[in-house]
Amino acid sequence: MFNVPDHSLYAMALVGLILITATLAYIVISRIQRDTDHQELKLRIQSWWWIIGAFFVVLASNTHFALAFIGFLSFLALKEFLSIVPRRQTDRRAIFWLYLSIPLQYYWVATQWYGMFIIFIPVYIFLFIPIRMVLIGDTKGFIKSAGILNWAVMLCVFSISHLGYLLVLPVKNSEAGAIGLVLYLLFTTQFNDVCQYVWGKLLGKHKIIPKVSPNKTWQGFIGGVFTTATLSCFVAPALTPLSTLQGAGAGILIAVTGFFGDLVISSVKRDLQIKDTGVMIPGHGGILDRMDSLLYTSPLFFHYLYYLHY
Amino acid sequence: MFARIVKILFFGLIIKPVVLIALGLNVVNRNKLPTHGPAILAPNHNSHLDTMVLMSLFPLRMIHKVRPVAAADYFLANRIIAWFALHVIGIIPLNRKQVTRKAQLFEQCHETLKKNEILIFFPEGSRGEPEKMAQLKKGIFHLISDYKSVLVYPVMMHGLGRSLPKGEALFVPFNCDVIVGEPLSCTSHANELVQEIERQFNLMRPLCLTYRADEE
Repeated sequence: MFNVPDHSLYAMALVGLILITATLAYIVISRIQRDTDHQELKLRIQSWWWIIGAFFVVLASNTHFALAFIGFLSFLALKEFLSIVPRRQTDRRAIFWLYLSIPLQYYWVATQWYGMFIIFIPVYIFLFIPIRMVLIGDTKGFIKSAGILNWAVMLCVFSISHLGYLLVLPVKNSEAGAIGLVLYLLFTTQFNDVCQYVWGKLLGKHKIIPKVSPNKTWQGFIGGVFTTATLSCFVAPALTPLSTLQGAGAGILIAVTGFFGDLVISSVKRDLQIKDTGVMIPGHGGILDRMDSLLYTSPLFFHYLYYLHY
Repeated sequence: MFARIVKILFFGLIIKPVVLIALGLNVVNRNKLPTHGPAILAPNHNSHLDTMVLMSLFPLRMIHKVRPVAAADYFLANRIIAWFALHVIGIIPLNRKQVTRKAQLFEQCHETLKKNEILIFFPEGSRGEPEKMAQLKKGIFHLISDYKSVLVYPVMMHGLGRSLPKGEALFVPFNCDVIVGEPLSCTSHANELVQEIERQFNLMRPLCLTYRADEE
């Protein structure tokens, strides 16, 4: 049942090691600084154990189970998004169809029907949702609602489903297997988030987009891109079909677009004047707070890889 | 005993999973919920789901002690619904229509409080328009005016009117907010209590993540 190729197994072990290090670091810090409150950090690390544990079990089990799990993440993300953005009472029935698009989209993934997977949401759902809204007949606020519903399903279903399609692509790096691609994408995206944060904390001076996020600096951004690209040079050839140079390109792509994915969700929250999109993941916030960068990096990394190797 | 088992099974196997997965809750101050009776929860009312969501926040071992007060004319009108409401949910029927004396109206509620149970009492009276707050009624004051030691817990809920509004049969998943307020003790005048509950609702509303979604 648990048949994980060597390179992917090493990658998982490495992540496990980082997690154990972080947990030990937390224990030491909380012992030294007894006066300060570390509850938030504690919750954050605890949640990381759950997230990483769940992903590892799911990825190691079998492809269809993993697709069902990623589809469920799509559902949670879509529900969270639609719960906070402006909507009309009359949009309920159109929204119901958005949820129904999830099993279909992941069915195309499971059957490896690439053509349908790639057009189903941007063509069929995009055209169908306004039809459903027309049949309901509420024209006041029609434009705004159609735009919001379309964007919601693009981000939460179309984008995230690319993570699933990585699992069904023909294996070109047999030492890492299909799950190597997913491990690479998840690890690089999260690694970049952490690097940008750490570089920002260490050297951050010049704000990059203060209107959206006062904590983002040029130093953090450039440091993150550089570190992620360097790491990717080594990790990409081990886990994906990409060469060292292509790996550096993927690292830069993930670092830059992950940064913007983060800012896009930040802008949504600013617009709504809320701090988090939900409370589902203790210490992190909602599911969109955790997946923000991934909404951008998964489709963009997928198509980079697809263009170069498939 | 049989009724208690049915209630535990119903909430443990159906309501809790549905509330957790199909709905999804943003709960704030969950630790402020009463751990034992007598107490009264005073939530705002948008949907039939309100009661289910509130009850799902309590552990299964004490779920039989949480009793929603519900309109007799609505829930006892049909035999099957009446059986379900009385025996599975464990509602306390309230005869809104034939009020003769206040003491008689709340007789069953008072008995429940004496048994150290937790009442769910909607101060708005009815669900009304989805996500719009109706004028609070003074019933809650008359309910506890003779029981000064019983605390009232205002609870703000938002978003359920979207998932299952009045008169709709199609359930649509949305996250909803549940915010537990500071417990209040009874005041000397009905208006004071109602105003205090209203004030708490107004304080809790900005904490709702889904609230901005309905502003036009």
